[in-house]
Amino acid sequence: MAATETQFPPPKVLTYPASAPPSLVTQGAEGRLYKTTHLVPDRPCALKYRPPKPYRHPILDARLTKTRLASEAKVLERCWREGVPVPAVYVMDPAAGWMMMEWIDGHPVRVGINEWLGERPEEEGETETETPKPADEEPLVDLMRRVGAAVGALHRTGVVHGDLTTSNMMLRPREDAGQANGSTTGVDGVVDDKAKAVGGDVVLIDFGLATQSMSDEDRAVDLYVLERAFASTHPRAERLFATLLESYGSTFKKAPSVLVKLEDVRMRGRKRSMLG
Amino acid sequence: MALEKLELEHVPTAYQLYAGFFRDVTNAEFLHAQLLSRNSEFEYAFIDASSVISRLHLVSAVYSAVNVLLDGTLRTPNVHSEIVVSLNTNNNIADAYRRWGITPGKTKDLIVVKVVPPPSPAQDETPTQPPTQLAIWDHLQQHVKGTPTPLTDSELSQATDWPKVRKYYRLNGVPALDRLADEQERRKHSERLAIMGMALRGL
Repeated sequence: MAATETQFPPPKVLTYPASAPPSLVTQGAEGRLYKTTHLVPDRPCALKYRPPKPYRHPILDARLTKTRLASEAKVLERCWREGVPVPAVYVMDPAAGWMMMEWIDGHPVRVGINEWLGERPEEEGETETETPKPADEEPLVDLMRRVGAAVGALHRTGVVHGDLTTSNMMLRPREDAGQANGSTTGVDGVVDDKAKAVGGDVVLIDFGLATQSMSDEDRAVDLYVLERAFASTHPRAERLFATLLESYGSTFKKAPSVLVKLEDVRMRGRKRSMLG
Repeated sequence: MALEKLELEHVPTAYQLYAGFFRDVTNAEFLHAQLLSRNSEFEYAFIDASSVISRLHLVSAVYSAVNVLLDGTLRTPNVHSEIVVSLNTNNNIADAYRRWGITPGKTKDLIVVKVVPPPSPAQDETPTQPPTQLAIWDHLQQHVKGTPTPLTDSELSQATDWPKVRKYYRLNGVPALDRLADEQERRKHSERLAIMGMALRGL
């Protein structure tokens, strides 16, 4: 831990005193995500930090960092105003390269799906699992519908995410779900735990690559990226992706034409022009 | 004493933050005049409480201003005016003073914020002692003619002029708010949007 901390110095803002020390949650190619607090100790937040890149010219580096943070924040605000489930922005310092935003409780959709699938027998092993029982799978199917609806809501506002994966979506437990679930449990605790893993509200996160676009092409590529990511992360649930698309198709007026475009994209891959 | 010491996350302990709330203030003209004449005894942020939603909303602005102060990139004369400017969603300073600052003849409920930075070393041989909480409070009580009130969300909400806040933070016709039936929920969401608007100031 100490080694990693010396290797990656935190942004200056995190060196000032707080009720709890910040923790490094994850590290990407462009930035790092810390969990810390905003203003008061009981208000957790995520701090996204884009450290300066020593290999870039300082002026260019500062400008790139600033524009990228600013565009991410603008997209988040736009989504939030339109009611798309995304984290709220709390405070930012584009010049210093950081932004504090709402901390989303829960786990990534990826973890939820894997937890659900984890207890199932391997499909290759027994032939009787070839015919899945629909009622049994309902919680997972419903999650796919909710993901489709969330992506649809995002696209409706004129934003494409740019990096849709099941890791970039959180499942936030519903506030009232605790008691509601608790009272109906009892019969089968295992089933209930699994249902809980795929329950909750879908919240889209990480808009670092998001752009504002209304074109079918960009939206279809967004779905295509998700489809490919989904197939490689959850091969055993691949057949359920159709449910997601079906739900997406009913979220806004132009969604059906995006799905038609998706067919084209599948045929040729993500890049329309083979340049770059 | 109704002057509260604010403790905010990620603020160096050497910086002391105080805030107070006065209702039914009768001498806004006098206080405004002190700011205009740059009277150094009146280094306060005077904020019109009718444009403020909650404590969180208020301290968001205080934090932004202190962050800018630490950074050394103040865009206004001092950290106190910076607090007022931080409440705005754009970079129009005059606009910010008019909307969130103290306005003669209009401001009835007043929030006062005082930032006491650590004494700057090696300036002169006479290091000025930072004023104590008691001294600040005495000075405020002497000059602000109004009713000292605890700086709580419930007191603040009584002063909030919602039509004004909705206009300043462009909260009219926002889908995320219009779909909410519960008034309490809507206020919570409005607060979030206001803070987000401030965070994105000038972008």
